[in-house]
Amino acid sequence: MDRPPNPQNTGVSTGTTILAVKFNGGVIIGSDSRASIGGSYVSNKMINKLIQVHDKIFCCIAGSLADAQAVTKMAKFQLSFHSIQMEAPPLVKAAASVLKELCYNNREELQAGFITAGWDRKRGPQVYTVSMGGMLISQPFTIGGSGSTFIYGYADAKFKPDMSREECLQFTTNALTLAIGRDNVSGGVVHMVVITEDGVEHVVVPGDKLPKFHDE
Amino acid sequence: MHTDLSETVIVFVSFFRNALLERDVAKVGCSLPGARKTGTTICGVVYKDGVVLGADTRATEGMVVADKNCSKIHYISPNVYCCGAGTAADTEMTTQLISSNLELHSLSTNRLPRVATACRMLKQMLFRYQGYIGAALVLGGVDCNGPHLYSIYPHGSTDKLPYVTMGSGSLAAMAVFEDRYKPDMEEEDAKRLVRDAIAAGIFNDLGSGSNIDLCVITKGKVDYLRPHDEANKKGVRTGDYKYKSGTTGVLSKLVIPLQLELMEESVQTMDTS
Repeated sequence: MDRPPNPQNTGVSTGTTILAVKFNGGVIIGSDSRASIGGSYVSNKMINKLIQVHDKIFCCIAGSLADAQAVTKMAKFQLSFHSIQMEAPPLVKAAASVLKELCYNNREELQAGFITAGWDRKRGPQVYTVSMGGMLISQPFTIGGSGSTFIYGYADAKFKPDMSREECLQFTTNALTLAIGRDNVSGGVVHMVVITEDGVEHVVVPGDKLPKFHDE
Repeated sequence: MHTDLSETVIVFVSFFRNALLERDVAKVGCSLPGARKTGTTICGVVYKDGVVLGADTRATEGMVVADKNCSKIHYISPNVYCCGAGTAADTEMTTQLISSNLELHSLSTNRLPRVATACRMLKQMLFRYQGYIGAALVLGGVDCNGPHLYSIYPHGSTDKLPYVTMGSGSLAAMAVFEDRYKPDMEEEDAKRLVRDAIAAGIFNDLGSGSNIDLCVITKGKVDYLRPHDEANKKGVRTGDYKYKSGTTGVLSKLVIPLQLELMEESVQTMDTS
């Protein structure tokens, strides 16, 4: 079924760079902070794309901002209900599945992709990608958004399994900085959330404190 | 208690019906009537004690000004007001609908409504219509959690920020904000900043014009300043084309009364049912 063309403009989109990386004992999920309209106007310089869908499960959003906000709010509600029914915090895979159901069943109309990462008691730290069409896969690390195309090489070369927390923070910061440096619709500050068994820590690196590379 | 979570699914039926209507009308060779837009500058800023909302007052129909003094700051609840840009009818009706629903909600909870509630109601409705309701809104107010300001786009996405602008003049207004915004301003500074931002939109954007309306919302008090500033006063004519009576001399006068007979009188009542 063809989606009829929308006479309005395409709305606000998070042309973006998002990534999630598993390290020894936890995950780090990170993103830039820019939301744009039509690729030429920045509508929000400081948007938080790391949405907490449960205590130790975060997801980051890419694509149409309206679709992403609607889907994550719905997922947050369903997960809180699920955790009350199960009398236990939900599994990260459950959170990713909820998002996948919403994305797949409405794949004709929605234009949003997600990365879900978190920690649960059964499998520890995990990273899942839910692509725009509704595919769900688990990976040790994953990158997404329009800026991710510029850092596939860097990520493949520099990722090591079982990094320490500091190494992983450095890897994430460098990857996001390189992507922001080359993608015009990614920018602002670098938001990162470190999720471990002990809890959740939000790290913000402002634009002027990002590492400098030779591209400038 | 068991809920069927498969029922919480997103419904997209409305715009398929609209597409069919457009195709049917195109077959006959016509086009659906266009909507009147408020090419607009609206903005809002959070200051120390509350929120200041501002708007221009021009409504355009293509290249013609349809209304020189329309009101773009709409009432949502005693502590929440909303500026609207985009299609005039859409902003008017959407804000009225949410205002009415919010009043019922507030009577049910027995509390003053929160800005986040109004924002959630607006964004859920706009998302349901997938951007076909052309309402871009700046929603601001003060509730039990302090002052809040949201920008709501026609597709249903929202941003919670300390200063926002919307409408065709938004870039001009945003330039003023980016230059002079500071957190925790005093009320007079905030009012001056919003007035200058709207003035930038009025003078640099063809779709915005006329006067500047302001709405200052604080805890327990709302100042609806309409107009706050008449940025474009109508000029006073220096000359007059009227001639005094007696300028032209009357030489002679002839009056012929017409004799008319009343032939028939009938009364037709108007149907006022």
